Amino acid sequence: MAGTEDTANNFLDALLLALDLITEFNAGLIEIVSLSLSVSLSAVLIAASIGLPLGAALTVYNFRGRQISIVLLNALMGLPPVFIGLTVYLLLSRSGPLGALDLLFTPTAMIIAQAILITPIVAALSRQTCQALYEIYEEQLRSLGATPLNIMLTILWDARISLVTAIMAGFGRAIAEVGAVFIVGGNIEHFTRVMTTTIALETSRGNLALAMALGIILVLLSIVVNGVASVTADSVSRSRANR
Amino acid sequence: MNKLPLTLKNVTYHSGGKQLLKCNATISEGLNTVILGPNGAGKSIFLRVCHGLLKPTEGQVEWTGKEQDANNPNQAMVFEKPIMLQRTAEANLAYGLKLRGAKRDVIKQRVLQILRRVGLTEAAKQLATSLSAGEQQRLALARAWVLEPDVLFLDEPTANLDPGSTAEVEIIIQEIRKSGTKIVMTTHDLGQAKRLGGDIIFLYGGILKEHSSAEKFFDSPKTIEARAFLNGEILWGQY
Repeated sequence: MAGTEDTANNFLDALLLALDLITEFNAGLIEIVSLSLSVSLSAVLIAASIGLPLGAALTVYNFRGRQISIVLLNALMGLPPVFIGLTVYLLLSRSGPLGALDLLFTPTAMIIAQAILITPIVAALSRQTCQALYEIYEEQLRSLGATPLNIMLTILWDARISLVTAIMAGFGRAIAEVGAVFIVGGNIEHFTRVMTTTIALETSRGNLALAMALGIILVLLSIVVNGVASVTADSVSRSRANR
Repeated sequence: MNKLPLTLKNVTYHSGGKQLLKCNATISEGLNTVILGPNGAGKSIFLRVCHGLLKPTEGQVEWTGKEQDANNPNQAMVFEKPIMLQRTAEANLAYGLKLRGAKRDVIKQRVLQILRRVGLTEAAKQLATSLSAGEQQRLALARAWVLEPDVLFLDEPTANLDPGSTAEVEIIIQEIRKSGTKIVMTTHDLGQAKRLGGDIIFLYGGILKEHSSAEKFFDSPKTIEARAFLNGEILWGQY
């Protein structure tokens, strides 16, 4: 029984602490949250600029090996973050091929790792979205004289609202992941410490309430970002209809 | 310069190991050409092969005696179920013109002019997918018309429409013809074929059975299949 009470107390403490941290605009917290956001948003930006065209191209262009590429891409969606972290670590470490760039244990390294993690997710999900629209549009667009490149751009534009979902899935995965940023970022205080690595650290230190509070804030953050995205997409579609 | 005749030379089209079309045909300038035939006769495939959306398995499609692609006229197609881009009505019309590199002010002027002619001026700024079925089909016709095609293919343009919308669409088709466009269309509506058809191509089981003037076809069809079709007798299992 004592264990259950502890858990309940921890939860209550965590909630109160989370509220405290948020309401007092705790400087440490703001630093960590803003680094988390800027790293993950940068990674999403990179992933979207590669993943969206890639997904659309895999839909429109028919080439040898297309099917295998799609299977591979879908498989890459499940890449373990720790593996990516380790790979990027080896690439960026002093003795690695990109060691001269001196990027290991910097936010840039974290962005690189997260971008690698979520680009396949954004690409594979956009391919699915694009495929659905392509099947409807293909004949009509070819009839109007569209080249494959025209078709690709048209589909990306017309599917843009559904594509937000693909991007948000990527963002969700990036902001929640801990393995890769831990390895390539090193969880250095005031420099590469983000929400997930802090949670892991505080848990191992036994500061369960603080870790939980940060966890709650992380979840809230995800909800807010997703909410903003869906409201934006909604208002875009509505204004388009009324234009 | 003459853009027609369109000639299908020993054309066949196979899909999934089945022959779906086998014909020789010549479509010339002038009145509307109507493709008739029961469901599954290969009418839509015939149009798609003519338009270049499907590549014939054997044989050639030629425009004025030259192989397809080498001498393609400006052509457009309207599909049975209108496919609207998820944009405004006017953006749907502008799309094809943009692809052809038309100037912005030309596009604007042509789009407004055609929207007026199909009675959709009010709907210009509406999302095309939010229009009614009849309006969407008129918009699809307008989207083809705005390109001023030499040849326009129409696949069952009124199959999903009520009588009022059908009449509107038929008026627009005749207007497009008067503006100098050759119409090649499929229908299974005999009344429509009589109203719009100059010559009739009758397909049955993927094979061209008859090609004659509409008058001749409806007065004295030559083949049993055509007679049965005109009498409303369904020809099951005789493919």
